[in-house]
Amino acid sequence: MHIRRSPELTHADVTPKSVYLDRRKFLRDMGLAGVVAFAGKGLLDLASPSQSVYAGTKLTTIKGPFSTDEKINTYNDVTHYNNYYEFGVDKDTPAKNAQSFHTSPWTVSVEGEVKRPRKFTMDEILALAPLEERIYRHRCVERWSIVVPWIGFSFSVLANLVEPTPKARFVAFETYYDLKQMPQARYAGLDFPYVEGLRLDEAMHPLALLCVGMYGETLPNQDGAPVRLVLPWKYGFKSIKSLVKIRFVKDQPPATWNHSAPQEYGFYSNVNPEVDHPRWSQAKERRLGEFSMRKTLMFNGYGDQVAALYNGMDLRKNF
Amino acid sequence: MVFLLCLGPLAVVGWRALHGDLTANPIEFITHATGDWTLRFLCMTLAITPLRKLLRLPELIRFRRMLGLFAFFYVCLHFTTYIWLDKFFDLGEMWKDVAKRRFITVGFLAFVLLIPLAITSTAGWIRRLGGRRWQMLHRAIYISAVAGVIHYYWLVKSAVIRPLAYGALVGLLLAWRVGEWLSRRGRLAPAKAGVQHSPINAAQ
Repeated sequence: MHIRRSPELTHADVTPKSVYLDRRKFLRDMGLAGVVAFAGKGLLDLASPSQSVYAGTKLTTIKGPFSTDEKINTYNDVTHYNNYYEFGVDKDTPAKNAQSFHTSPWTVSVEGEVKRPRKFTMDEILALAPLEERIYRHRCVERWSIVVPWIGFSFSVLANLVEPTPKARFVAFETYYDLKQMPQARYAGLDFPYVEGLRLDEAMHPLALLCVGMYGETLPNQDGAPVRLVLPWKYGFKSIKSLVKIRFVKDQPPATWNHSAPQEYGFYSNVNPEVDHPRWSQAKERRLGEFSMRKTLMFNGYGDQVAALYNGMDLRKNF
Repeated sequence: MVFLLCLGPLAVVGWRALHGDLTANPIEFITHATGDWTLRFLCMTLAITPLRKLLRLPELIRFRRMLGLFAFFYVCLHFTTYIWLDKFFDLGEMWKDVAKRRFITVGFLAFVLLIPLAITSTAGWIRRLGGRRWQMLHRAIYISAVAGVIHYYWLVKSAVIRPLAYGALVGLLLAWRVGEWLSRRGRLAPAKAGVQHSPINAAQ
């Protein structure tokens, strides 16, 4: 083939797009790596010993209850395969875009139908109870699953401190939101801030983990730093990340995915192999790192613990 | 040369696979990459005719068949990852999916429609079918491209920007054809000209 005229170049440009894109990606990554190295150093310099909360700090833990003995996924998988739409909608984008996310100082406001509403700093949260390592299965609504050694303690510890009043029947949770730090959020197609909700008895269940770390360290930004929920019997999106507000309320609060597509994502969103997502079966899942699909378990295998919460409920209707 | 470039996306996936760089979920990565490249090759195939006319480069036509066949090549890889790595050759499960899930239904339609086009892509088949009929048949690519975009749009959870971008591109390429058809009809109608178009020169 010979190139005769310049317009033909226009067409030739179309085909080697992969080369072109990869080159840009490479340059972008190089640039980011520089920024991250710089920012990371700055943070280390600034952090006084009491400001212990930024990603990668070692945490001392005791063994917690409910741990599975299944094979834990690699740290690399769990930190480079994330759904955190505020930082981009591809699995690998949060790992890049969340690097410079400021998680210190951080406060969580607990309010609503409680006797003692208050704000918690991260240092206060870390000191509320002994930190437990709990190895949970985590099942995404998208049919993949992971096993993660989370660190934290039952959410009920914090709830009992603020003393919910008899009027409190639900708990509403809210993720931090700042378009300046999360410019990709514009393209997510979701209304932010991200919100989630639980019935009070679900939130008070000992399995419900207020999570501050994983793999022996504080949470990486892309995994929901500095503090998040982990609800292993529910689809992953219920386990809300980067918490800033917790509100005890009378009525069922809104939840982001439920609001975005109510026919696809229910308020409860308990893992249930018998109730299909409208667009795919939930009967099987792919554990990251495995070739074959495995059978999805009712309540993600936590039925012995949580099934009683839903006695008498039609789980097809309340999916 | 163009042929090798068309194999580029596959080479990139292969190279990344060798280096264990296909994300934590390689099967999903491969499914998405092959699906993406199918749509891109469909768009490139559909872009040939408008580009030939707009840039006055009739010789571009010689790339059309190759680009179309590469679209078919990538959709075959895409379908293979689905039937093998998602369904593990359980045809019963596959038919259940096709019947029940509209994004699979429409994706399957897009794939199936490309099969006769790939088979009849040879000069022998153009002769056997005759230019007119061959051209009518190959207009199925329009449906296939639109179905492919809908397949993508129905697949994503909320981030509709990329499927909409493909939709806009396919829409533009098809709108150009409608415009061309309208203006040609306007020109030809008064002259009552019954010129036979060979598929090579007619707009596709």
